[in-house]
Amino acid sequence: MAETAQQLSTQHLLGIKDLTTEDIHLILETASTFKDVINRPIKKVPSLRDITIANVFFENSTRTRLSFELAEKRLSADVINFAASSSSVSKGETLIDTVNNILAMKVDMIVMRHPYPGAGVFLSKHVNAQIINAGDGAHEHPTQALLDAFSISEQYGDVAGKKVAIIGDILHSRVALSNILCLQKLGAEVLVCGPTTLIPKYIASLGVKIEHDLLKALRWCDVANMLRIQLERQDINYFPSLREYSMLYGLNKTILESLDKKITIMHPGPINRGVEITSDVADSKHSIILDQVQNGVAVRMAVLYLLAGKRI
Amino acid sequence: MQQSILLSGPKFQITIQRLCQQLIENHHDFKNSVIIGIQPRGIYLAKRIREELQRTLKVDDILFGELDITFYRDDFRRKENGPLVPNSTNINFVIENKKVILIDDVLWTGRTIRSSLDAIQAFGRPEKVELLVLVDRRFSRHLPIQPDYIGIQVDSINSQRVIVNWHETDTQDQIILLTEEND
Repeated sequence: MAETAQQLSTQHLLGIKDLTTEDIHLILETASTFKDVINRPIKKVPSLRDITIANVFFENSTRTRLSFELAEKRLSADVINFAASSSSVSKGETLIDTVNNILAMKVDMIVMRHPYPGAGVFLSKHVNAQIINAGDGAHEHPTQALLDAFSISEQYGDVAGKKVAIIGDILHSRVALSNILCLQKLGAEVLVCGPTTLIPKYIASLGVKIEHDLLKALRWCDVANMLRIQLERQDINYFPSLREYSMLYGLNKTILESLDKKITIMHPGPINRGVEITSDVADSKHSIILDQVQNGVAVRMAVLYLLAGKRI
Repeated sequence: MQQSILLSGPKFQITIQRLCQQLIENHHDFKNSVIIGIQPRGIYLAKRIREELQRTLKVDDILFGELDITFYRDDFRRKENGPLVPNSTNINFVIENKKVILIDDVLWTGRTIRSSLDAIQAFGRPEKVELLVLVDRRFSRHLPIQPDYIGIQVDSINSQRVIVNWHETDTQDQIILLTEEND
């Protein structure tokens, strides 16, 4: 394991792109001590008892919002939740005004999900608070990538040298981009697989392999990270039908058993059962989907704890 | 940096043995007592005490744990070098209704012990908590905390440092007092 730093090099968590390899190792190591904490009878530590965190969600979320909220509460922070759909955003308030109004109530950190790429970066330049990106459009979702890396290293001991295939709607996926950056910084090999229309043109410049045949991708990899087709972001048709997609790119038990090795199946959720993955695979022993969810809380605790340490 | 040795050699060993005898007076066979070393430096003393106790009592089952207090500190975010990277906590038993002996190498301001008392609650409600330290830097407490078992007492000023070395990790067993040259 590489030498870890004593503190993060950044004030905000806007994307994996801004983190150094040392930062990532520090987060993953801290997360493993938090995983011990959340498996104790008393799952709470007082580290952030003087910090107030606002979860600002301009887009729907189940896992990420609950996971952040739980992580914040396990660290004893005060938490407020804000969902754009039930707020004055619909009355025409701008992003900076909305956030500055929240900050006027003495909030220290903002966890934000927003449909526009770069919303977190924009906000970090204009308001006086620490920003954690919980997903910005099709750009980045850094905590998801960190928890995926944590889950892989939990399975295999290390991420370096592992072969990870990211399969599905790469074009609209923030999870894919953050995962590619994070896994590469940790020394893993990454392959993306999907229909030509859902693989962005520039992706080869990141140094990933590209494959359009699901079976070849699965034969190559140690870990398959299955992504959802993001119909809500698709304004045109990228493939003829969902049925055809699931026949060509859906992972089912028959394909999995035809491989001559055991691979680990991951999925960031939400799952569309029967589309990108069948129920018998999602619920099989190959799948670590629910471990990912549990690790999400520990990893987010580590991120919040380490960023809070950057406040004086 | 000036160094003076406060304790070493046979006297060091006798001090550990005396602490063990005092523990045996109060805890008898240790059936309902547990030893908890505080990370990072308290665990060496705690391990040594347990070894000595097990040898004396001819048992091999004294419960032993390591406690990390990083997340419970009151100086988190008040240190210039950022948050302290945690050590591991290894306590594989509940301390409900047990007599807990907390062990650290040096007692100075008492803040680490305050944090430990917070941290230990995550493992149950002990019947009683006692504190054993090898070095008590007296008259320097920030909190009303006093040890139950003391190796040696030292009068020191704030700029001085007291370091305990162990032959397991350092060259030999000794307690040293470091003084800045210009003091």
